[in-house]
Amino acid sequence: MFRIQKRTALPVWKSWLIRAIAIIIALVLNGVLIYGLTKMNPVKVYATMFNGVFGTERRIWNTIRDISMLLCIGIGLAPAFKMKFWNIGAEGQILLGGIAAAACMMYFDSLPNGLLLVVMFLAAAAAGGFWAFIPGISKAKLNTNETLFTLMMNYIAIQLTSFFVTFWENSYGSNIVGTINLESHKGWFPDVFGQMYGLNVIIVAVLAVTMYFYLKSTKHGFEIAVVGESHDTARYAAINVPAVTVRTVTLSGAVCGIAGFLAVAGQGHTISTNTAGGRGYVAIIVAWLAKFNTLVMILVSFLIVFLEMGAREIASKFNISDNLSQVSTGIILFFILGSEFFINYKVALREKDGAKQSAE
Amino acid sequence: MDTEFAVRMVDITKHFGTITANKNVSLDIRKGEILSLLGENGSGKTTLMNMLSGIYYPDGGSIYVNGTRVDIRSPKDAFKLHIGMIHQHFKLVDVFTAAENVKLGLNAKIPAVRKSIVEICKKYSFAVDPDKKVYEMSVSEKQTLEIVKVLYRGADILILDEPTAVLTPQETEALFKVMRAMKADGKSIVIITHKLHEVLEISDRVVVLRKGEYIGEVETSKTDAQSLSDMMVGHAVTLNIDRPEVGYSVPRLFVKNLTVKDNLGVTRLDNVSFTANSGEILGVAGISGSGQKELLEAIAGLCRTEPGSSVMYVNPRNDEEEELCGLSPEHIRDLGVSLAFVPEDRLGMGLVGSMNIPDNMMLRSYKDGKSCFADREKPRELAQKIVDELGVLTPDLDTPIRKLSGGNVQKILVGRELSFNPSLLMAAYVVRGLDVNTSYAIYGLLNDLKKRGGAVIFVGEDLDVLLELCDRILVLCGGRVSGIVDARKTQKNEVGLLMTNLGSAGGTAE
Repeated sequence: MFRIQKRTALPVWKSWLIRAIAIIIALVLNGVLIYGLTKMNPVKVYATMFNGVFGTERRIWNTIRDISMLLCIGIGLAPAFKMKFWNIGAEGQILLGGIAAAACMMYFDSLPNGLLLVVMFLAAAAAGGFWAFIPGISKAKLNTNETLFTLMMNYIAIQLTSFFVTFWENSYGSNIVGTINLESHKGWFPDVFGQMYGLNVIIVAVLAVTMYFYLKSTKHGFEIAVVGESHDTARYAAINVPAVTVRTVTLSGAVCGIAGFLAVAGQGHTISTNTAGGRGYVAIIVAWLAKFNTLVMILVSFLIVFLEMGAREIASKFNISDNLSQVSTGIILFFILGSEFFINYKVALREKDGAKQSAE
Repeated sequence: MDTEFAVRMVDITKHFGTITANKNVSLDIRKGEILSLLGENGSGKTTLMNMLSGIYYPDGGSIYVNGTRVDIRSPKDAFKLHIGMIHQHFKLVDVFTAAENVKLGLNAKIPAVRKSIVEICKKYSFAVDPDKKVYEMSVSEKQTLEIVKVLYRGADILILDEPTAVLTPQETEALFKVMRAMKADGKSIVIITHKLHEVLEISDRVVVLRKGEYIGEVETSKTDAQSLSDMMVGHAVTLNIDRPEVGYSVPRLFVKNLTVKDNLGVTRLDNVSFTANSGEILGVAGISGSGQKELLEAIAGLCRTEPGSSVMYVNPRNDEEEELCGLSPEHIRDLGVSLAFVPEDRLGMGLVGSMNIPDNMMLRSYKDGKSCFADREKPRELAQKIVDELGVLTPDLDTPIRKLSGGNVQKILVGRELSFNPSLLMAAYVVRGLDVNTSYAIYGLLNDLKKRGGAVIFVGEDLDVLLELCDRILVLCGGRVSGIVDARKTQKNEVGLLMTNLGSAGGTAE
């Protein structure tokens, strides 16, 4: 029989070794599966995957763009999750941020581009923050369930987006907004370092570092940690729990709103119900896997984007169903999550004496 | 096979991770005896008995029941061997009746179970109503039900884990009577405890454990409290608690008509009035759940009070009176009220288990200073100071305190609360779960504060300690003050009566 013991502490390098082993096992298992089902050489498949992600400079930059987007949402979720406020409404907060950004692009296109971008940034943050503020204040005042509330807010946000899409539709009856400011490029991110997505990277990098220190070193960060552990302890320590809840959740929504700004100004230059594209949910996995550490999130976002883009590439190159690649992604995530168990617990065989006794 | 021994445990060893809970412990339980298993908290008493009742499985060693080697892998196995354990925390379903709880997990019909319960009750002169729901029962009724449950399953060997911790002296007496009746019926009983006078009163034999190891065993008739405690602690200890006389004393806190209702509108604290003085330890006695928690939390601003309640704090710096009722903890803090509070739920309210020692120090001080960054230097220094001065055993300062033992956690909490030299300290069950040495160290700290002119409100459960340590004792019963007595002139029985019998003596005396 097995005996499971909680580990006291594991050196950091060992825990990363366990994670690496988990990924390797997952890749091998995936290879067996791919070979078994399609008779294709797994190594070739992996090579295609890699190529799909890093094959050309354009692909590399697309990868980076997607990582920044996912990371930005993860950063937004971090403070709320650290407080154990399960904000699964990032999707809606992104959309609200996107709507605000798109509105600024359309109505303030007379402003100089730099100023316009600042206005868009602020408007998107305010809109996302407002969208999170509503479930936040309800939680603080009425103790509503934030998971349901934030989720419902997503559906409202989607309908609201549909409304604005119809309202702003470009070319009557098309039911799409189309590229905004196609000629003037007003409200578009300028190229930085000659790169289209340079500014996306800079904004998200600044956010990641700022959020890291906000949570780790400030008084606010300490309050968030205490409220997340125990409301009773927080009240005992003279922390105003409702105020901290509302403040933190609004901040979380604001950063998600900024992600909507990135999606509109830094990527699509339009708004649609697909602007968030489910990334508000994927980011939940990112935040959890990184244990709400925004710097570790960089790595996790990379991994998830790599898997997604790679899977898409295989699907189109080998003309196989999308589903197989999703199975592969699932297996890899499963192993990564599973490895956490082996980092926290030690599994050992029972000692001989015990084994003998059980035989008796 | 018939032997003198009901159970023999030989060379039992149990590890939890790197911690050895039991090391080569051997222990015999004779038929028809009451055996005390004595040891400080964390000495491995409960672990050892849990291996007998199938909760844990030993890493090494062997167990014999009635001379046959056995392998106990689950509580079910234990029951087959007629071993039953009554745990410290009752394992009953609140919304079920007594009979339904007894039936739980067995293939029996309720009418038959009811009949057996009545028979068992008659045999040992218990009082259990088979149709009463558990949530309507008092603590001692629940405990009796646990015993009935075990007896119904045919247990011949009963293990009681600290059964008296939640009982009044009168209820304890009743329990002992039941235990003697069961012994007379030929049952073997093990009582786990760290209260010496109970050991001397009830048991035939005593086995002492210390730090997971077997220290020795003695016939109860051939020993006394002093030598038992020396065995338990490992060196000679004095069992007297200091009660220094402090001449100078002024009122520090006037509590008047304090009434608290819980979320469901049930009155938890009813018109409580008293005064706490500087240079004095005011004890609060009462059966658990009599309003102790609400009393302290109301004063600390952590629970809502009803209109008409008043908590007046006399600030020692300027003798100004401040009304604390209706203020939040932040307000109380901002008023400069130097109030320390060691709550009952250490890791659920006083500390954060997943944080390290400096971060737990920060709970009190993180708001200091104007910067938006929290100062982490001073808390670290304070943490180091407390670890050094109070002898906190920890691998390092950065270990999450959840991983430390209960005694060390409590030292951290008490150390922090005393560090700002409070003018009023409220402490709830401050020595619960602590070993003798740590308990006495903490009594010393409370006395030091008292001598410095601090007012101490000490909520306790051990009447002996309350009577020796405190100057006055306020007794709560069902949320009301049933008496305030002078600890120097009061007998234990009188306090016990006040705990159960409202208004028999003193009334709502001030």
